[in-house]
Amino acid sequence: MLEIRNLHANIGGKEIIKGLSLTVKDGEVAAIMGPNGSGKSTLSYVVSGRDGYEVTDGEIILNGENILELEPNERAARGLFLAFQYPLEIPGVTTMTFLKAVMNAQRKARGEAEHSTPEFMKIVREASGKLGVAQDMLRRALNVGFSGGEKKRMEVLQMSLLNPSFAILDETDSGLDIDALRVVADGVNALRDDKRGFLVITHYQRLLDYIKPDSVHVMSAGRIVSSGGPELALELEKSGYKNFTGQAA
Amino acid sequence: MAPDVTRKTTKAEDAWAAAFAQAGAWTGAPQLHALRKDGFVTFSHLGIPTRRNEAWHYSDLRAAVGDGLPLAGAPDADAVAAARAAVRALPAQTARIVFVDGFYQAALSKLADESKISVRALDDVLAHHAPDVITALAGSSIAQGDAMAALNAAFMRGGAVIDIADGHHAAAPLELVFVTSQGAPRAIVTRSLLRAGAGSQMQIIERHLPLGSNAVHANEALVVHAAQGAQVAHVRIQTRAAGRAVFVRSFFAHMDAGAVLRSTALTLGGGFQRQQIFARFASSDANLFLGGASLLRGKDHADTTLVVDHAVPHCESREYFKQIVDEDATGVFQGKIIVAPDAQKTNGVMKSQTILLGANAAMYNKPELEIFADDVACGHGATVGALDANQLFYAMSRGLPKAKAQALLLEGFAGDAFDDVKDEALREEMMELVRNWLAERSAP
Repeated sequence: MLEIRNLHANIGGKEIIKGLSLTVKDGEVAAIMGPNGSGKSTLSYVVSGRDGYEVTDGEIILNGENILELEPNERAARGLFLAFQYPLEIPGVTTMTFLKAVMNAQRKARGEAEHSTPEFMKIVREASGKLGVAQDMLRRALNVGFSGGEKKRMEVLQMSLLNPSFAILDETDSGLDIDALRVVADGVNALRDDKRGFLVITHYQRLLDYIKPDSVHVMSAGRIVSSGGPELALELEKSGYKNFTGQAA
Repeated sequence: MAPDVTRKTTKAEDAWAAAFAQAGAWTGAPQLHALRKDGFVTFSHLGIPTRRNEAWHYSDLRAAVGDGLPLAGAPDADAVAAARAAVRALPAQTARIVFVDGFYQAALSKLADESKISVRALDDVLAHHAPDVITALAGSSIAQGDAMAALNAAFMRGGAVIDIADGHHAAAPLELVFVTSQGAPRAIVTRSLLRAGAGSQMQIIERHLPLGSNAVHANEALVVHAAQGAQVAHVRIQTRAAGRAVFVRSFFAHMDAGAVLRSTALTLGGGFQRQQIFARFASSDANLFLGGASLLRGKDHADTTLVVDHAVPHCESREYFKQIVDEDATGVFQGKIIVAPDAQKTNGVMKSQTILLGANAAMYNKPELEIFADDVACGHGATVGALDANQLFYAMSRGLPKAKAQALLLEGFAGDAFDDVKDEALREEMMELVRNWLAERSAP
């Protein structure tokens, strides 16, 4: 469960998140929609603890613990996962090496034994098979030369391997054609259960046809300005954001 | 070229002059004598390079060598025994040629395919009339203005002449191990020649093992001649040297028609290091790759300087170098690609990428293209920066603690420079050296 209470955050001295509150319960898929510049991506970075984002007020509670003072890796070890809008390319580090390093780092942080190489290979092979990630991709440098779809699929693969209790998907649909979107959405849907929460950040309603949210929140000017069920997304698609952004002023 | 009588010489230069005057015993064939004498005249004219020499502007060798050190003779039994132990610790190899302080050690070496690969001591070859060897040893004309290459020609001894038969496809790599022993402070000047016969295929692993902490001034040269259609894959690994070491290493590459030479170097710094590469395309359709990574820290100074001479049309060269510079270390990359007026259809790309870690770390880049032909595709790029903050956040957000994330990204950055190394075990060994360097760095 993720609770954000009255969050205020600055970047470079400019306030971007202005008193945002939001609760996503265990097993809930919450969607945040909003126009460009409303602070959606900033919210994902602040929750995951990126350097350079200054929280001036409020709390972020993950599974009952305030995580504001934690480093990004400590938040990850407590079950948080951020799927990036633009996954980074890591030249010279094979996907396999990266996966092993991050999985074992999290296990170590939680006091669990690290996977042996054969164990690890088996887990990765199974998970990548389910997502249709070719074995050849695992031997290539992470995300280097991958297509947009391959990069997003790799994000979902990492998510399934790291098995987070809460995942934020930042504009996961950007740069994807319909076929790639379906594959990625299927991967996400396969991870839905009554414990794992999701915060799905998107600009368009389209993604929500594939990942059906339990709740929809409209974000504007650093705040949630309206909340409702899936029907809210459809309404937005029809009439645009202007009816909502007006409320924020 | 007349010596410049107005230039005030340094003690080190005077010592070289005295040593050359005494070296009457080295006179061999007139052709060799002429090569040595030309080298010495050039050296005395230019002197030990300082920042005033354009090609040495970022590497003040004169300051590094100070008053100089006495020229070493052949290593003693202790030095050879220590080298034997150091070589034994290396990964097993079927063919290995060992040098101690620049002197070829037949007793420490072993060969395979002896009917196809011949190894002779340089001094033995030079004692006889060997005009082809002397011509090849002279290296490249593009190095003629370099004082240290000239000094090397004047004093070279101890090395080996290695010949690979035409058409021989070597199954196992040939390893050249240069051990610098833990002796008294001294100077070493050595040169070896490797000739890959027409159509031959060979992998060369060149290792530099500096032992001990005494000051050593080494001037080492390797001349590689790739004959028509020869394919030579060359990897050089230099383990970390002591703080007072000064290494100037010249690599001369000569490529005939259709030859392929691919060379990757891992430099682990220590003291003052300069690798200078003089590569020349003598005939068309040849292909050259030069690359590598330098990992520097402390007060290391490491300089990679290369000149690629596209003297003929239809040749391709790639130069990809990476540097990680930590603490107070200094890195230098100077790359010059020359395209002669009739060298049409030349394709050349040069890149230097550096990550600076220390607040006092410094990197000097000087890429140059001298293009006199009009139908060519050439480019260069040089970047210097900190570790990418986005990549760092990405890795941390997946669970890696900051120090681990940094180490992984740096490992990837350096490892990217070894993409051309197709020998998996060798590449893994290089990666392990990088990981060890990074682990020492992040240790408290």
